[in-house]
Amino acid sequence: MATTTGRSCLQYLLHLAQDHLDFRLPEIKALLALRGKPFQPSENFKEKTPFWCLDGLSEEDVRSIMARSVCTKSAFELWGHGQTHSELRTSLLKYPSENMSPFMHKDSTYRINVYTYNKTLVFPDRIKRIDALEYLPFEGTVSLKSPQHIFCLLEDYGTDPNNIPEQPFYVYFGRWIADGQRELIRSHSVKNRHFIGNTSMDAALSFIMANHAKVKENDVVFDPFVGTGSLLVACSQFKAYVCGTDIDYNIIHGKGRSSRKNQKWRGPDENIRANLRQYGTEKMYLDVMLSDASKPVWRDAALFDVIITDPPYGIRESTRKTGSHKDITKPSDGIYVDSHVPVSQAYHLSDIFTDLLNFSAHHLVMGGRLVYWLPIYRPEYCEEMVPLHPCLQLISNCEQTLSSHTSRRLITMEKIKEPEELDSLSHQADPRFSPYQGHNAFREKYFSGLNKRGGGKEDNKSDINGE
Amino acid sequence: MKLLTHNMLTSHVKGVTKGYPLLIKATEVKMNEVEFNPQFVSRMIPKLEWSALVQAAEELGQRQDLPGELVSDYEKNEDFLKKVHRVLLEVEVIEGCLQCPESGREFPISRGIPNMLLNEDEV
Repeated sequence: MATTTGRSCLQYLLHLAQDHLDFRLPEIKALLALRGKPFQPSENFKEKTPFWCLDGLSEEDVRSIMARSVCTKSAFELWGHGQTHSELRTSLLKYPSENMSPFMHKDSTYRINVYTYNKTLVFPDRIKRIDALEYLPFEGTVSLKSPQHIFCLLEDYGTDPNNIPEQPFYVYFGRWIADGQRELIRSHSVKNRHFIGNTSMDAALSFIMANHAKVKENDVVFDPFVGTGSLLVACSQFKAYVCGTDIDYNIIHGKGRSSRKNQKWRGPDENIRANLRQYGTEKMYLDVMLSDASKPVWRDAALFDVIITDPPYGIRESTRKTGSHKDITKPSDGIYVDSHVPVSQAYHLSDIFTDLLNFSAHHLVMGGRLVYWLPIYRPEYCEEMVPLHPCLQLISNCEQTLSSHTSRRLITMEKIKEPEELDSLSHQADPRFSPYQGHNAFREKYFSGLNKRGGGKEDNKSDINGE
Repeated sequence: MKLLTHNMLTSHVKGVTKGYPLLIKATEVKMNEVEFNPQFVSRMIPKLEWSALVQAAEELGQRQDLPGELVSDYEKNEDFLKKVHRVLLEVEVIEGCLQCPESGREFPISRGIPNMLLNEDEV
Protein backbone atom coordinates (compact mmCIF):
# COMPACT_ATOMS: atom_id res chain seq x y z
CA MET A 1 0.00 0.00 0.00
CA ALA A 2 1.42 3.30 -1.04
CA THR A 3 1.53 6.21 1.32
CA THR A 4 -1.29 8.67 0.91
CA THR A 5 0.29 11.58 2.75
CA GLY A 6 1.08 14.61 0.67
CA ARG A 7 -1.40 13.52 -1.96
CA SER A 8 -4.38 15.23 -0.47
CA CYS A 9 -5.50 17.25 -3.47
CA LEU A 10 -6.42 14.16 -5.46
CA GLN A 11 -9.74 13.81 -7.19
CA TYR A 12 -11.90 10.75 -6.85
CA LEU A 13 -14.37 9.37 -9.35
CA LEU A 14 -17.51 7.61 -8.17
CA HIS A 15 -19.33 5.29 -10.53
CA LEU A 16 -22.95 5.20 -9.41
CA ALA A 17 -25.70 2.74 -10.22
CA GLN A 18 -28.40 4.29 -12.42
CA ASP A 19 -31.31 3.41 -10.19
CA HIS A 20 -32.81 5.15 -7.15
CA LEU A 21 -31.43 8.35 -8.72
CA ASP A 22 -33.11 10.64 -6.21
CA PHE A 23 -31.60 8.79 -3.26
CA ARG A 24 -27.94 8.87 -4.29
CA LEU A 25 -26.89 12.39 -3.37
CA PRO A 26 -28.37 12.27 0.16
CA GLU A 27 -26.70 8.90 0.66
CA ILE A 28 -23.25 10.14 -0.33
CA LYS A 29 -23.72 13.36 1.66
CA ALA A 30 -24.76 11.42 4.76
CA LEU A 31 -21.80 9.05 4.47
CA LEU A 32 -19.45 12.02 4.00
CA ALA A 33 -21.02 13.69 7.05
CA LEU A 34 -20.19 10.58 9.08
CA ARG A 35 -16.53 11.34 8.23
CA GLY A 36 -17.02 15.04 8.93
CA LYS A 37 -16.40 15.84 5.26
CA PRO A 38 -18.39 18.20 3.03
CA PHE A 39 -19.67 17.22 -0.40
CA GLN A 40 -17.44 18.99 -2.92
CA PRO A 41 -18.22 18.05 -6.50
CA SER A 42 -15.90 19.16 -9.29
CA GLU A 43 -17.21 21.66 -11.80
CA ASN A 44 -19.83 20.48 -14.29
CA PHE A 45 -21.36 18.19 -11.69
CA LYS A 46 -24.58 16.61 -12.94
CA GLU A 47 -26.52 14.69 -10.32
CA LYS A 48 -28.36 12.28 -12.60
CA THR A 49 -25.27 10.98 -14.45
CA PRO A 50 -23.46 7.77 -13.48
CA PHE A 51 -20.07 9.47 -12.90
CA TRP A 52 -19.30 12.00 -10.18
CA CYS A 53 -15.91 13.64 -9.53
CA LEU A 54 -15.32 14.66 -5.92
CA ASP A 55 -12.71 16.95 -4.40
CA GLY A 56 -11.34 17.39 -0.91
CA LEU A 57 -11.26 13.73 0.09
CA SER A 58 -8.61 11.26 1.18
CA GLU A 59 -8.39 7.65 0.08
CA GLU A 60 -9.53 6.65 3.58
CA ASP A 61 -12.65 8.81 3.21
CA VAL A 62 -13.43 7.15 -0.10
CA ARG A 63 -12.90 3.67 1.33
CA SER A 64 -15.22 4.36 4.23
CA ILE A 65 -17.95 5.63 1.90
CA MET A 66 -17.58 2.56 -0.28
CA ALA A 67 -17.84 0.32 2.78
CA ARG A 68 -21.40 1.64 3.17
CA SER A 69 -22.81 2.94 -0.11
CA VAL A 70 -25.39 0.81 -1.89
CA CYS A 71 -25.86 3.46 -4.60
CA THR A 72 -22.22 3.39 -5.73
CA LYS A 73 -20.70 0.62 -7.81
CA SER A 74 -17.00 1.57 -7.58
CA ALA A 75 -14.64 4.39 -6.73
CA PHE A 76 -11.42 5.39 -8.48
CA GLU A 77 -8.53 7.75 -7.90
CA LEU A 78 -8.94 9.93 -10.97
CA TRP A 79 -5.74 10.31 -13.02
CA GLY A 80 -7.14 11.93 -16.13
CA HIS A 81 -10.33 12.76 -17.98
CA GLY A 82 -11.62 14.57 -21.05
CA GLN A 83 -14.29 14.77 -23.70
CA THR A 84 -12.18 12.79 -26.17
CA HIS A 85 -9.38 10.24 -25.95
CA SER A 86 -6.91 12.90 -27.04
CA GLU A 87 -8.06 15.21 -24.23
CA LEU A 88 -7.69 12.27 -21.87
CA ARG A 89 -4.13 11.77 -23.11
CA THR A 90 -3.24 15.43 -22.50
CA SER A 91 -4.81 15.26 -19.06
CA LEU A 92 -3.01 12.02 -18.14
CA LEU A 93 0.35 13.30 -19.31
CA LYS A 94 -0.12 16.30 -17.01
CA TYR A 95 -0.85 14.08 -14.01
CA PRO A 96 2.15 14.25 -11.62
CA SER A 97 4.38 11.23 -12.19
CA GLU A 98 5.14 10.97 -8.46
CA ASN A 99 1.44 10.20 -7.97
CA MET A 100 1.59 7.45 -10.57
CA SER A 101 4.95 5.83 -9.97
CA PRO A 102 4.12 4.03 -6.67
CA PHE A 103 1.62 1.96 -8.65
CA MET A 104 3.63 1.44 -11.84
CA HIS A 105 7.11 0.39 -10.80
CA LYS A 106 8.64 -2.67 -12.33
CA ASP A 107 8.00 -5.06 -9.43
CA SER A 108 4.28 -4.37 -9.46
CA THR A 109 1.51 -6.30 -11.16
CA TYR A 110 -1.50 -4.67 -12.70
CA ARG A 111 -4.52 -4.99 -14.93
CA ILE A 112 -6.49 -2.47 -16.97
CA ASN A 113 -10.26 -2.76 -17.25
CA VAL A 114 -12.39 -1.02 -19.83
CA TYR A 115 -15.86 -0.01 -18.70
CA THR A 116 -18.43 1.55 -20.99
CA TYR A 117 -21.70 3.05 -19.85
CA ASN A 118 -24.66 2.77 -22.29
CA LYS A 119 -22.64 0.89 -24.91
CA THR A 120 -21.13 -2.57 -25.25
CA LEU A 121 -17.71 -2.87 -26.83
CA VAL A 122 -16.58 -6.04 -28.56
CA PHE A 123 -13.42 -7.63 -27.22
CA PRO A 124 -11.02 -6.41 -29.96
CA ASP A 125 -12.21 -2.85 -29.40
CA ARG A 126 -11.47 -3.17 -25.69
CA ILE A 127 -7.95 -4.36 -26.47
CA LYS A 128 -7.53 -1.40 -28.83
CA ARG A 129 -8.53 0.99 -26.04
CA ILE A 130 -5.97 -0.54 -23.71
CA ASP A 131 -3.23 -0.52 -26.36
CA ALA A 132 -3.94 3.15 -26.99
CA LEU A 133 -2.82 3.88 -23.42
CA GLU A 134 0.78 2.90 -24.24
CA TYR A 135 1.89 6.48 -23.51
CA LEU A 136 1.43 5.71 -19.80
CA PRO A 137 4.69 4.59 -18.14
CA PHE A 138 3.60 1.13 -16.98
CA GLU A 139 6.69 -0.82 -15.94
CA GLY A 140 5.08 -3.64 -14.03
CA THR A 141 3.78 -6.97 -15.25
CA VAL A 142 0.24 -7.60 -16.36
CA SER A 143 -1.65 -10.01 -14.13
CA LEU A 144 -5.24 -10.64 -15.06
CA LYS A 145 -6.01 -12.92 -12.13
CA SER A 146 -4.50 -11.26 -9.06
CA PRO A 147 -3.05 -7.87 -9.86
CA GLN A 148 -1.81 -5.56 -7.09
CA HIS A 149 -3.31 -2.59 -8.84
CA ILE A 150 -6.35 -2.31 -11.06
CA PHE A 151 -6.77 0.60 -13.45
CA CYS A 152 -9.89 1.45 -15.32
CA LEU A 153 -10.75 3.32 -18.48
CA LEU A 154 -14.35 4.46 -18.26
CA GLU A 155 -16.34 5.73 -21.22
CA ASP A 156 -19.66 7.52 -20.80
CA TYR A 157 -22.03 7.26 -23.78
CA GLY A 158 -24.82 9.24 -22.10
CA THR A 159 -28.03 8.01 -20.55
CA ASP A 160 -30.28 7.66 -23.60
CA PRO A 161 -30.37 4.00 -24.72
CA ASN A 162 -32.18 4.97 -27.94
CA ASN A 163 -29.55 7.41 -29.02
CA ILE A 164 -26.09 5.97 -28.43
CA PRO A 165 -23.36 8.10 -29.96
CA GLU A 166 -20.43 6.70 -31.96
CA GLN A 167 -17.88 8.40 -29.71
CA PRO A 168 -18.24 8.69 -25.92
CA PHE A 169 -19.34 11.99 -24.39
CA TYR A 170 -16.67 11.72 -21.76
CA VAL A 171 -13.76 9.44 -20.80
CA TYR A 172 -12.01 8.86 -17.48
CA PHE A 173 -8.94 6.95 -16.40
CA GLY A 174 -8.14 6.11 -12.81
CA ARG A 175 -6.86 3.66 -10.27
CA TRP A 176 -9.54 1.46 -8.73
CA ILE A 177 -9.93 2.02 -4.98
CA ALA A 178 -12.92 -0.02 -3.85
CA ASP A 179 -16.33 -1.33 -4.80
CA GLY A 180 -19.54 -0.20 -3.09
CA GLN A 181 -22.00 -2.49 -1.34
CA ARG A 182 -24.27 -3.44 -4.24
CA GLU A 183 -23.69 -7.04 -3.18
CA LEU A 184 -25.81 -6.41 -0.04
CA ILE A 185 -28.86 -5.94 -2.26
CA ARG A 186 -28.49 -9.50 -3.51
CA SER A 187 -27.35 -11.13 -0.27
CA HIS A 188 -30.18 -9.50 1.71
CA SER A 189 -32.91 -10.00 -0.87
CA VAL A 190 -36.33 -10.32 0.72
CA LYS A 191 -36.87 -13.38 -1.51
CA ASN A 192 -34.47 -15.40 0.59
CA ARG A 193 -35.32 -13.87 3.95
CA HIS A 194 -36.60 -16.13 6.69
CA PHE A 195 -39.48 -13.94 7.93
CA ILE A 196 -41.34 -11.52 5.66
CA GLY A 197 -44.69 -9.78 5.48
CA ASN A 198 -46.78 -8.07 2.82
CA THR A 199 -44.97 -4.78 3.26
CA SER A 200 -41.37 -5.85 3.93
CA MET A 201 -39.05 -3.10 2.65
CA ASP A 202 -36.81 -4.21 -0.18
CA ALA A 203 -33.15 -4.61 0.62
CA ALA A 204 -31.75 -1.74 -1.46
CA LEU A 205 -34.13 0.82 0.03
CA SER A 206 -33.57 -0.50 3.55
CA PHE A 207 -29.83 0.06 3.25
CA ILE A 208 -30.35 3.44 1.61
CA MET A 209 -32.56 4.43 4.54
CA ALA A 210 -29.93 3.28 7.04
CA ASN A 211 -27.36 5.39 5.19
CA HIS A 212 -29.60 8.46 5.04
CA ALA A 213 -30.09 7.99 8.78
CA LYS A 214 -26.31 8.06 9.33
CA VAL A 215 -26.52 4.86 11.33
CA LYS A 216 -23.15 4.12 12.88
CA GLU A 217 -21.45 1.52 15.03
CA ASN A 218 -22.93 1.19 18.57
CA ASP A 219 -25.94 3.36 17.83
CA VAL A 220 -29.34 2.47 19.27
CA VAL A 221 -31.92 2.43 16.48
CA PHE A 222 -35.69 2.31 17.00
CA ASP A 223 -38.49 1.50 14.53
CA PRO A 224 -41.97 2.31 15.93
CA PHE A 225 -43.76 0.45 13.09
CA VAL A 226 -41.30 -2.42 12.91
CA GLY A 227 -43.34 -4.98 10.94
CA THR A 228 -41.03 -7.81 9.93
CA GLY A 229 -37.94 -5.76 10.81
CA SER A 230 -36.45 -5.10 7.35
CA LEU A 231 -35.08 -1.74 8.45
CA LEU A 232 -33.58 -3.27 11.58
CA VAL A 233 -31.88 -5.92 9.46
CA ALA A 234 -30.18 -3.16 7.44
CA CYS A 235 -29.21 -1.09 10.49
CA SER A 236 -27.80 -4.11 12.31
CA GLN A 237 -25.61 -4.80 9.29
CA PHE A 238 -24.00 -1.42 9.96
CA LYS A 239 -23.35 -2.48 13.58
CA ALA A 240 -26.15 -0.61 15.31
CA TYR A 241 -28.18 -2.13 18.14
CA VAL A 242 -31.82 -2.32 17.13
CA CYS A 243 -35.28 -2.42 18.68
CA GLY A 244 -38.81 -1.96 17.46
CA THR A 245 -42.49 -2.04 18.30
CA ASP A 246 -45.64 -2.89 16.41
CA ILE A 247 -49.34 -3.00 17.25
CA ASP A 248 -49.83 -6.28 15.37
CA TYR A 249 -49.63 -9.33 17.62
CA ASN A 250 -49.21 -11.75 14.73
CA ILE A 251 -46.29 -9.85 13.24
CA ILE A 252 -44.43 -9.40 16.51
CA HIS A 253 -44.87 -13.05 17.47
CA GLY A 254 -44.37 -14.31 13.91
CA LYS A 255 -47.74 -16.05 13.78
CA GLY A 256 -50.63 -16.13 11.37
CA ARG A 257 -50.79 -16.41 7.62
CA SER A 258 -47.61 -16.47 5.64
CA SER A 259 -46.92 -13.80 3.03
CA ARG A 260 -45.18 -16.37 0.87
CA LYS A 261 -46.68 -18.04 -2.12
CA ASN A 262 -47.23 -21.77 -1.58
CA GLN A 263 -47.12 -21.44 2.19
CA LYS A 264 -50.24 -20.99 4.22
CA TRP A 265 -48.99 -20.36 7.77
CA ARG A 266 -45.84 -18.89 9.24
CA GLY A 267 -43.39 -21.41 10.65
CA PRO A 268 -42.49 -21.65 14.35
CA ASP A 269 -39.33 -19.55 14.14
CA GLU A 270 -40.37 -16.80 11.75
CA ASN A 271 -39.63 -13.60 13.64
CA ILE A 272 -37.38 -10.55 13.58
CA ARG A 273 -34.74 -12.10 15.77
CA ALA A 274 -34.44 -15.03 13.36
CA ASN A 275 -33.99 -12.57 10.49
CA LEU A 276 -31.02 -10.98 12.23
CA ARG A 277 -29.64 -14.42 13.00
CA GLN A 278 -29.87 -15.30 9.31
CA TYR A 279 -27.48 -12.45 8.50
CA GLY A 280 -25.19 -13.02 11.51
CA THR A 281 -26.26 -9.91 13.43
CA GLU A 282 -28.34 -11.40 16.24
CA LYS A 283 -25.88 -9.86 18.72
CA MET A 284 -27.25 -6.45 17.66
CA TYR A 285 -30.83 -7.44 18.61
CA LEU A 286 -32.22 -5.65 21.64
CA ASP A 287 -35.97 -6.27 21.78
CA VAL A 288 -39.26 -5.99 20.00
CA MET A 289 -42.50 -5.26 21.80
CA LEU A 290 -46.20 -5.06 21.21
CA SER A 291 -46.99 -1.42 21.58
CA ASP A 292 -49.06 1.33 20.07
CA ALA A 293 -46.99 4.05 18.39
CA SER A 294 -49.59 6.62 19.43
CA LYS A 295 -49.06 5.77 23.13
CA PRO A 296 -45.30 5.53 23.59
CA VAL A 297 -43.97 3.47 26.44
CA TRP A 298 -40.48 5.00 26.64
CA ARG A 299 -39.30 7.14 29.52
CA ASP A 300 -38.73 10.77 28.74
CA ALA A 301 -35.08 10.87 27.64
CA ALA A 302 -32.98 11.02 24.48
CA LEU A 303 -32.74 7.24 24.17
CA PHE A 304 -32.27 6.74 20.43
CA ASP A 305 -29.57 7.74 17.96
CA VAL A 306 -31.81 6.99 15.00
CA ILE A 307 -35.55 6.54 14.47
CA ILE A 308 -36.22 4.86 11.16
CA THR A 309 -39.60 3.65 10.00
CA ASP A 310 -42.11 2.89 7.28
CA PRO A 311 -45.46 3.94 8.81
CA PRO A 312 -48.64 2.20 7.63
CA TYR A 313 -50.62 4.33 5.17
CA GLY A 314 -53.70 2.16 5.18
CA ILE A 315 -52.99 0.79 1.70
CA ARG A 316 -51.58 -2.65 2.28
CA GLU A 317 -51.59 -2.56 6.10
CA SER A 318 -54.29 -0.84 8.10
CA THR A 319 -53.54 2.17 10.27
CA ARG A 320 -54.77 1.68 13.78
CA LYS A 321 -54.24 2.54 17.37
CA THR A 322 -55.82 1.30 20.58
CA GLY A 323 -58.89 2.90 22.09
CA SER A 324 -62.47 2.98 21.03
CA HIS A 325 -65.38 5.32 20.50
CA LYS A 326 -67.79 2.54 21.27
CA ASP A 327 -69.12 1.68 24.70
CA ILE A 328 -67.28 -1.43 25.61
CA THR A 329 -68.79 -3.59 28.25
CA LYS A 330 -66.07 -4.50 30.64
CA PRO A 331 -66.27 -7.94 32.29
CA SER A 332 -67.97 -7.72 35.67
CA ASP A 333 -64.82 -8.62 37.58
CA GLY A 334 -62.94 -5.90 35.74
CA ILE A 335 -60.36 -8.31 34.35
CA TYR A 336 -59.99 -9.10 30.69
CA VAL A 337 -59.09 -12.66 29.81
CA ASP A 338 -55.58 -13.20 28.44
CA SER A 339 -56.80 -13.58 24.91
CA HIS A 340 -58.52 -10.17 24.97
CA VAL A 341 -57.48 -8.06 22.02
CA PRO A 342 -57.96 -4.34 22.63
CA VAL A 343 -60.30 -2.75 20.13
CA SER A 344 -58.34 -0.61 17.78
CA GLN A 345 -59.57 2.56 16.17
CA ALA A 346 -58.52 4.39 13.06
CA TYR A 347 -55.19 6.20 13.30
CA HIS A 348 -55.33 9.24 11.04
CA LEU A 349 -52.29 9.69 8.85
CA SER A 350 -51.94 13.30 10.00
CA ASP A 351 -51.79 12.05 13.59
CA ILE A 352 -49.22 9.40 12.67
CA PHE A 353 -46.88 12.09 11.37
CA THR A 354 -47.56 14.56 14.22
CA ASP A 355 -46.90 11.80 16.75
CA LEU A 356 -43.80 10.58 14.92
CA LEU A 357 -42.22 14.04 14.73
CA ASN A 358 -43.08 14.87 18.34
CA PHE A 359 -41.80 11.52 19.52
CA SER A 360 -38.55 12.00 17.58
CA ALA A 361 -38.05 15.50 18.97
CA HIS A 362 -38.25 14.07 22.49
CA HIS A 363 -36.45 10.77 22.13
CA LEU A 364 -33.66 11.39 19.62
CA VAL A 365 -30.21 12.41 20.81
CA MET A 366 -29.09 15.83 19.59
CA GLY A 367 -27.97 15.44 15.99
CA GLY A 368 -29.83 12.13 15.72
CA ARG A 369 -31.88 11.46 12.60
CA LEU A 370 -35.45 10.52 11.81
CA VAL A 371 -35.97 8.77 8.46
CA TYR A 372 -39.48 7.82 7.32
CA TRP A 373 -41.74 7.49 4.26
CA LEU A 374 -44.44 10.02 3.47
CA PRO A 375 -47.18 8.90 1.05
CA ILE A 376 -47.95 11.40 -1.68
CA TYR A 377 -50.90 11.98 -3.97
CA ARG A 378 -48.84 13.45 -6.79
CA PRO A 379 -51.30 15.88 -8.42
CA GLU A 380 -51.55 17.74 -5.10
CA TYR A 381 -48.00 17.49 -3.87
CA CYS A 382 -46.04 20.58 -3.02
CA GLU A 383 -42.99 20.88 -0.81
CA GLU A 384 -44.96 22.67 1.90
CA MET A 385 -46.84 19.45 2.56
CA VAL A 386 -43.83 17.84 4.21
CA PRO A 387 -44.48 18.03 7.96
CA LEU A 388 -42.04 20.20 9.89
CA HIS A 389 -41.13 20.46 13.54
CA PRO A 390 -39.24 23.29 15.28
CA CYS A 391 -36.74 20.79 16.73
CA LEU A 392 -36.12 18.87 13.51
CA GLN A 393 -34.33 20.15 10.45
CA LEU A 394 -35.26 18.73 7.05
CA ILE A 395 -32.15 17.14 5.51
CA SER A 396 -33.45 15.42 2.40
CA ASN A 397 -36.67 14.53 0.60
CA CYS A 398 -36.47 11.88 -2.14
CA GLU A 399 -39.29 10.61 -4.29
CA GLN A 400 -40.01 7.04 -5.23
CA THR A 401 -42.78 6.91 -7.82
CA LEU A 402 -45.37 4.20 -7.24
CA SER A 403 -47.91 4.95 -9.97
CA SER A 404 -48.92 7.80 -12.25
CA HIS A 405 -50.66 9.56 -9.37
CA THR A 406 -48.99 8.22 -6.24
CA SER A 407 -45.52 8.11 -4.83
CA ARG A 408 -43.82 8.03 -1.50
CA ARG A 409 -41.10 10.35 -0.30
CA LEU A 410 -38.25 9.38 1.94
CA ILE A 411 -37.96 12.19 4.48
CA THR A 412 -34.79 12.63 6.54
CA MET A 413 -34.72 15.04 9.48
CA GLU A 414 -32.08 15.84 12.08
CA LYS A 415 -32.68 16.97 15.65
CA ILE A 416 -31.27 20.46 16.14
CA LYS A 417 -32.76 21.52 19.46
CA GLU A 418 -34.34 20.15 22.62
CA PRO A 419 -38.13 20.50 22.66
CA GLU A 420 -39.77 23.11 24.87
CA GLU A 421 -43.38 22.97 25.96
CA LEU A 422 -44.63 25.18 23.15
CA ASP A 423 -42.88 23.21 20.44
CA SER A 424 -45.15 20.22 20.59
CA LEU A 425 -48.26 22.30 20.04
CA SER A 426 -47.06 24.87 17.58
CA HIS A 427 -48.00 22.98 14.45
CA GLN A 428 -51.17 21.21 15.57
CA ALA A 429 -53.31 23.30 13.27
CA ASP A 430 -50.74 23.26 10.54
CA PRO A 431 -52.47 23.17 7.14
CA ARG A 432 -49.74 20.94 5.76
CA PHE A 433 -51.35 18.03 7.58
CA SER A 434 -54.72 18.53 5.96
CA PRO A 435 -54.15 16.07 3.09
CA TYR A 436 -53.64 13.37 5.69
CA GLN A 437 -56.62 14.22 7.91
CA GLY A 438 -59.60 11.93 8.02
CA HIS A 439 -58.99 8.22 8.35
CA ASN A 440 -59.29 7.18 4.75
CA ALA A 441 -58.58 10.46 2.97
CA PHE A 442 -55.27 9.35 1.53
CA ARG A 443 -56.48 5.85 0.83
CA GLU A 444 -59.43 7.17 -1.15
CA LYS A 445 -57.17 9.34 -3.30
CA TYR A 446 -54.73 6.50 -3.73
CA PHE A 447 -57.36 4.23 -5.19
CA SER A 448 -59.23 6.94 -7.03
CA GLY A 449 -56.78 7.14 -9.89
CA LEU A 450 -56.34 10.27 -11.93
CA ASN A 451 -59.34 10.00 -14.23
CA LYS A 452 -62.05 9.57 -11.67
CA ARG A 453 -61.11 12.78 -10.00
CA GLY A 454 -61.64 16.20 -11.42
CA GLY A 455 -64.18 18.96 -11.04
CA GLY A 456 -65.44 19.74 -7.59
CA LYS A 457 -62.28 18.73 -5.80
CA GLU A 458 -60.38 21.88 -6.50
CA ASP A 459 -61.43 23.71 -3.32
CA ASN A 460 -59.77 20.88 -1.47
CA LYS A 461 -56.51 21.88 -3.06
CA SER A 462 -56.55 25.46 -1.87
CA ASP A 463 -56.97 24.17 1.68
CA ILE A 464 -53.74 22.30 1.37
CA ASN A 465 -51.90 25.39 0.34
CA GLY A 466 -53.17 27.00 3.48
CA GLU A 467 -55.13 29.72 1.79
CA MET B 1 -37.03 -8.75 27.26
CA LYS B 2 -33.59 -7.53 28.13
CA LEU B 3 -32.96 -5.28 31.11
CA LEU B 4 -31.62 -2.54 28.83
CA THR B 5 -35.11 -2.34 27.33
CA HIS B 6 -36.72 -2.48 30.77
CA ASN B 7 -34.53 0.46 31.83
CA MET B 8 -36.03 2.58 29.04
CA LEU B 9 -39.69 1.62 29.61
CA THR B 10 -42.24 3.45 31.72
CA SER B 11 -45.90 2.93 32.49
CA HIS B 12 -48.20 4.88 30.21
CA VAL B 13 -51.47 4.05 31.97
CA LYS B 14 -53.75 7.09 31.94
CA GLY B 15 -53.43 9.28 35.00
CA VAL B 16 -50.26 7.64 36.33
CA THR B 17 -47.65 10.19 37.39
CA LYS B 18 -44.95 7.91 38.77
CA GLY B 19 -44.83 4.93 36.46
CA TYR B 20 -41.09 4.24 36.63
CA PRO B 21 -39.51 1.81 36.97
CA LEU B 22 -41.87 -1.00 36.09
CA LEU B 23 -41.73 -3.91 38.53
CA ILE B 24 -40.74 -7.24 37.03
CA LYS B 25 -42.52 -10.45 38.00
CA ALA B 26 -40.77 -13.21 36.13
CA THR B 27 -41.69 -16.86 35.92
CA GLU B 28 -38.97 -17.74 33.43
CA VAL B 29 -35.59 -16.02 33.03
CA LYS B 30 -32.92 -17.10 30.59
CA MET B 31 -29.25 -16.25 30.17
CA ASN B 32 -28.48 -15.62 26.52
CA GLU B 33 -24.83 -15.13 25.68
CA VAL B 34 -24.15 -11.93 23.71
CA GLU B 35 -20.78 -10.81 22.36
CA PHE B 36 -19.17 -8.36 24.81
CA ASN B 37 -18.76 -4.90 23.34
CA PRO B 38 -17.08 -2.57 25.89
CA GLN B 39 -17.57 0.54 23.73
CA PHE B 40 -21.30 0.01 23.56
CA VAL B 41 -21.66 -0.68 27.28
CA SER B 42 -19.59 2.43 28.12
CA ARG B 43 -21.76 4.43 25.77
CA MET B 44 -25.00 3.22 27.35
CA ILE B 45 -24.05 3.67 31.02
CA PRO B 46 -24.65 7.46 31.14
CA LYS B 47 -28.09 6.89 29.59
CA LEU B 48 -29.14 4.37 32.23
CA GLU B 49 -31.21 4.89 35.35
CA TRP B 50 -28.68 3.03 37.46
CA SER B 51 -30.86 2.37 40.50
CA ALA B 52 -33.62 0.98 38.25
CA LEU B 53 -31.11 -1.41 36.67
CA VAL B 54 -29.86 -2.63 40.04
CA GLN B 55 -33.43 -3.05 41.29
CA ALA B 56 -34.43 -5.00 38.17
CA ALA B 57 -31.41 -7.31 38.44
CA GLU B 58 -32.23 -7.82 42.12
CA GLU B 59 -35.85 -8.72 41.34
CA LEU B 60 -34.66 -11.42 38.96
CA GLY B 61 -32.04 -12.75 41.38
CA GLN B 62 -29.36 -11.78 38.87
CA ARG B 63 -27.70 -8.88 40.69
CA GLN B 64 -24.63 -10.88 41.83
CA ASP B 65 -22.05 -8.25 42.87
CA LEU B 66 -23.33 -5.36 40.76
CA PRO B 67 -22.58 -2.27 42.91
CA GLY B 68 -25.43 -0.05 44.13
CA GLU B 69 -23.60 3.04 42.95
CA LEU B 70 -22.10 3.60 39.52
CA VAL B 71 -18.28 3.33 39.79
CA SER B 72 -16.15 6.18 38.50
CA ASP B 73 -13.82 5.69 35.54
CA TYR B 74 -15.91 2.79 34.32
CA GLU B 75 -14.64 3.07 30.73
CA LYS B 76 -11.34 1.52 31.78
CA ASN B 77 -12.82 -1.00 34.18
CA GLU B 78 -13.36 -4.04 32.00
CA ASP B 79 -14.42 -6.21 34.90
CA PHE B 80 -17.19 -3.74 35.76
CA LEU B 81 -18.24 -3.30 32.12
CA LYS B 82 -18.61 -7.08 31.80
CA LYS B 83 -20.94 -7.16 34.78
CA VAL B 84 -23.06 -4.39 33.30
CA HIS B 85 -23.01 -6.12 29.91
CA ARG B 86 -24.31 -9.32 31.45
CA VAL B 87 -27.18 -7.59 33.23
CA LEU B 88 -28.07 -5.29 30.32
CA LEU B 89 -27.94 -7.69 27.39
CA GLU B 90 -27.66 -11.30 28.55
CA VAL B 91 -30.37 -11.64 31.20
CA GLU B 92 -33.69 -12.10 29.42
CA VAL B 93 -37.17 -12.34 30.88
CA ILE B 94 -39.01 -14.96 28.85
CA GLU B 95 -42.30 -15.32 30.76
CA GLY B 96 -43.85 -13.11 33.38
CA CYS B 97 -45.12 -9.57 33.50
CA LEU B 98 -44.23 -5.94 34.05
CA GLN B 99 -46.26 -4.09 36.66
CA CYS B 100 -46.99 -0.38 36.83
CA PRO B 101 -45.79 0.72 40.29
CA GLU B 102 -48.66 3.15 40.74
CA SER B 103 -51.77 1.62 39.17
CA GLY B 104 -50.79 -2.01 39.56
CA ARG B 105 -51.65 -2.67 35.90
CA GLU B 106 -49.77 -5.70 34.64
CA PHE B 107 -48.28 -6.01 31.16
CA PRO B 108 -47.69 -9.65 30.21
CA ILE B 109 -44.38 -10.89 28.80
CA SER B 110 -44.68 -14.02 26.69
CA ARG B 111 -41.97 -15.75 24.63
CA GLY B 112 -39.70 -12.89 25.67
CA ILE B 113 -41.94 -10.18 24.20
CA PRO B 114 -43.70 -7.62 26.42
CA ASN B 115 -47.24 -6.67 25.49
CA MET B 116 -47.58 -2.97 26.35
CA LEU B 117 -50.97 -2.48 24.71
CA LEU B 118 -53.60 -0.86 26.90
CA ASN B 119 -57.27 -1.79 26.82
CA GLU B 120 -59.82 0.52 25.32
CA ASP B 121 -60.97 1.87 28.68
CA GLU B 122 -57.43 2.68 29.81
CA VAL B 123 -56.38 5.12 27.11
